[in-house]
Amino acid sequence: MKLATKKYILLTALMAVANWALAQNGSGEGSNWFIYILLAVAVLLFFVIVIQVSDNMLAIEAKRVGVSDRGGSFSIFPTSKELVPRRKPDYAMDERVISTSRGYDILLEGEPESKSILDASVTTYAIIPPNFIGLSPIPKVTVEVGDNVKAGDILFFNKKRPEIKYVAPVSGEVIEINRGAKRSIAEVVILADKEMVYRSYDVPDPDSASREDLVAFLLESGAWPLLRQRPYNTVPDHTEVPRDVFISTFDSAPLAPDMDIVVDGREAAFQKGLDVLGKLTAGNVYLGLDARDKKKAPHAAFAEATGVEKFYFSGKHPIGNVGVQLHNTRPIGGDDVVWTPGVQDVITLGALFTEKKFMAERVVALVGSELKEPKYVRTYQGARIKELVDGNLTSEKVRFISGDVLSGQKITADSYLNFYDQQLTVIEEGDYYELFGWLLPIDPRPSISGTFPNFLFPGLKFKGDTNTHGERRAFVKTGDYERVLPMDIYPQQLMKSIMVADIERMEGLGIKELVEEDVALCEFVCVSKQPLQQILRQGLDKMREEG
Amino acid sequence: MKKALLNFFERIEPNKEKQPLLHTAYDAFFTFAFTPNATTKGGVHIRDGMDLKRLMVHVVLALQLCFVFGTYNIGHQHFVALGEYTGFLDGFHLKLAHGLIKLVPIYVVTMAVGLGIEFFYASKKGHAVEEGFLVSGALIPLIMPPDIPLWILSLSVVFAVIIGKEAFGGTGMNILNVALLARVFIFFAYPTTISGDEVWVSGLESTAAGAAVEYSWWHNGFFNGIFEYFGWAAFNPAMTVVDGYTGATPLSLAYQGGWDAVAAQYSPAQMWWGTIPGSIGESSKPLIILGALFLAVTGVASWRIMVGGVFGAVVMSLILNAWGATEFMEVPWYYQFYMGSFWFAIAFMATDPVTASGTPVGKWIYGFLIGFVGMIIRVMNPAYPEGWMLAILFMNVFAPLIDHYVIEANIGRRKKRAAAVATTTEVA
Repeated sequence: MKLATKKYILLTALMAVANWALAQNGSGEGSNWFIYILLAVAVLLFFVIVIQVSDNMLAIEAKRVGVSDRGGSFSIFPTSKELVPRRKPDYAMDERVISTSRGYDILLEGEPESKSILDASVTTYAIIPPNFIGLSPIPKVTVEVGDNVKAGDILFFNKKRPEIKYVAPVSGEVIEINRGAKRSIAEVVILADKEMVYRSYDVPDPDSASREDLVAFLLESGAWPLLRQRPYNTVPDHTEVPRDVFISTFDSAPLAPDMDIVVDGREAAFQKGLDVLGKLTAGNVYLGLDARDKKKAPHAAFAEATGVEKFYFSGKHPIGNVGVQLHNTRPIGGDDVVWTPGVQDVITLGALFTEKKFMAERVVALVGSELKEPKYVRTYQGARIKELVDGNLTSEKVRFISGDVLSGQKITADSYLNFYDQQLTVIEEGDYYELFGWLLPIDPRPSISGTFPNFLFPGLKFKGDTNTHGERRAFVKTGDYERVLPMDIYPQQLMKSIMVADIERMEGLGIKELVEEDVALCEFVCVSKQPLQQILRQGLDKMREEG
Repeated sequence: MKKALLNFFERIEPNKEKQPLLHTAYDAFFTFAFTPNATTKGGVHIRDGMDLKRLMVHVVLALQLCFVFGTYNIGHQHFVALGEYTGFLDGFHLKLAHGLIKLVPIYVVTMAVGLGIEFFYASKKGHAVEEGFLVSGALIPLIMPPDIPLWILSLSVVFAVIIGKEAFGGTGMNILNVALLARVFIFFAYPTTISGDEVWVSGLESTAAGAAVEYSWWHNGFFNGIFEYFGWAAFNPAMTVVDGYTGATPLSLAYQGGWDAVAAQYSPAQMWWGTIPGSIGESSKPLIILGALFLAVTGVASWRIMVGGVFGAVVMSLILNAWGATEFMEVPWYYQFYMGSFWFAIAFMATDPVTASGTPVGKWIYGFLIGFVGMIIRVMNPAYPEGWMLAILFMNVFAPLIDHYVIEANIGRRKKRAAAVATTTEVA
């Protein structure tokens, strides 16, 4: 692309010269000039060809030796990045830093002020089968209401893949097995003990055990569902060996928890988790680190992790999404599978080996403008919402979101935090009419559009509510999607290919590199208010069925 | 106040089943007054403040300067032909009044016909009225000659909205620019009303010396009554066209006699500021560029298309200069930008997000080719010395093809990249 641009510029310059020469020629005198200039052009062209060929040969050689993906440019021509170098942060001077200008940070009110983690007094927890994409709607439940379980005891397994077990995050009594539509299992609810009791394991030594033993142990211990894979964001198939493991160590979503706080004090478990994952993949374990802050380096648990390859990323949301990081470093194509567990999932996995217990402990950020006091709390997977926000709400008309405001799920106060989520966002419901709201909006609202004066107040935080600010319309090619997606992907064309169920085109346009959270920002900016995440998931489901 | 208005709207809501057309109209006006109280369901929980209505209305806002200047210029050209009040600000009230008498009916008819069709289709198909016509309806009056017969205008709007848009499924689905389709319909069906030297100045029987003015009741009765009451100068129905006046536009002059012929009639400053005959909104370049900058800065229209278009037009004019086979070709390339409706077309017509190319690379190519092709048509077409309308419609048709190749390249790139990662894994 860059080379092509250069060629065009050169061509235009040449055309201008020839043009001038013709004009000279036309004026009668100095027709010799025309010949001279033609000769000069011919000589220039010759050199251009020689340089171009040698440049290509360099690139081929770099690729043959296998250094072309190690960063750095092997072209004779300087790239724009080399001409105007971006200053790397001091702590990442010798590292690979990938920066992008595409994206948008939605600044919202309701960030925790205190960095300390409080204890949440939650008594009921639930594991929610619909959280696991691809799990059959009626898994085989192995416990009954009234049973006592230990943390790590099996609750249910997938009928299609019975090896993959789903376990209890806490010890206690199974008090409810709620069913949803068509008798599907909606929730398995556990009333937690005051003192946690853990299931005991015969833990293999990750240094000496074979891959098969480790996989068997992870399946049996219930740690397997902690791993998620791209494409599709499903629980991985235990018979497949992943190409790589890629872990994003920061979350750039609105009001997302600071992973440095989350990992603090659990460094050993995290490192052990990385070591185990390194045994399970054919390639490497990659960490995506936060280089957005020029001064503050990421937590030592991430920056000084061993046995892994590191990439630093700077930019705006969705730069913290593992999909975006993968795309810009080790893109998924063909039948590649990459595991993409979250940081706390890796910690739970590591703790299984360091402490020989299934520690489903989670640091959860309670955030949003409708909380009196946003804060970090320490709890377990699947904590009950009502108990998390008890006495902390400013009003009744609120929306609870398990996850962030872009890709989280709307839930009620009586339900539970989703399996993979580490954030509960509470914002106002926006079911109000607004007089001429499309023309003269009164309240400030987040937007990427220059028609709002937001760019005058770069640090302004918005309240943000659930009003759609407009009605649904047909797709219009505004180019906004591309502005907020730091990937070489055309989201609108992809969405259209999904809507007409053109499998080949979907794959060609890169559906396998995306999951919902990656297109969430595109959905946010969409002027036609189209449900992109829902469309994308339809496409992914279709791909999974066919593939 | 807001509450009272909401209650009022609630009271008058017609029955959706029994009166679908009325309900559609009601819904259109209600959502015009209030953004609905809909909240997000699934997917994202907060939405950007931008919607299609706001996007479209910003184009209309960017056009306002063109409207104001265009209205006044209708009157100005009228009096220049008569040899009266030839200074730009002389006879201000008369020029404004004449401009309004010409423009308001054009605007009202365009809106009434276009929105009528939109409302009808929306109620038939059971969806909300889409806002595409907000922009089309504002653009159409600006690209018409001031004396366009209203029945021809109505026909062209009917054609453009039904065949150009609703047949394809409504706003967002059309292939061709709706406003330009209205103009091209007149261009081919009633060519005498939109080409030649006679049509660009309004209110005259013809542009021959001694031809009489054509004044209506609005001139003689309504406005003259007001002006006489205040003791101002009034419209004089006895005035005739001054000797030596042609009404020719710079482009037709350039076609006949090159830049010398143009310079004999109009100064470059005059052409730049727009006090020349032409379509209603296209003449004043600085005001159009202001509007274009507003659109580009707010991100409503694609700056890539605009820059690409200017670039394409420059390149083609340079080539034509070098060729120099006719007098028109020899018009210095920079003077090509003083004449005709290039700026208006590239700022407001080419950037229509629905009919333009959809990919960033495609937008560069699309814009460039509009400039390139449009300049060819302008200079080489013997029948009509302007090319942007045809060039844009032509490129509208080709936009999907451009996108197709951009996307195929993306697919190819993805395959290559994935293959590269796969091979390096083996080496490692």
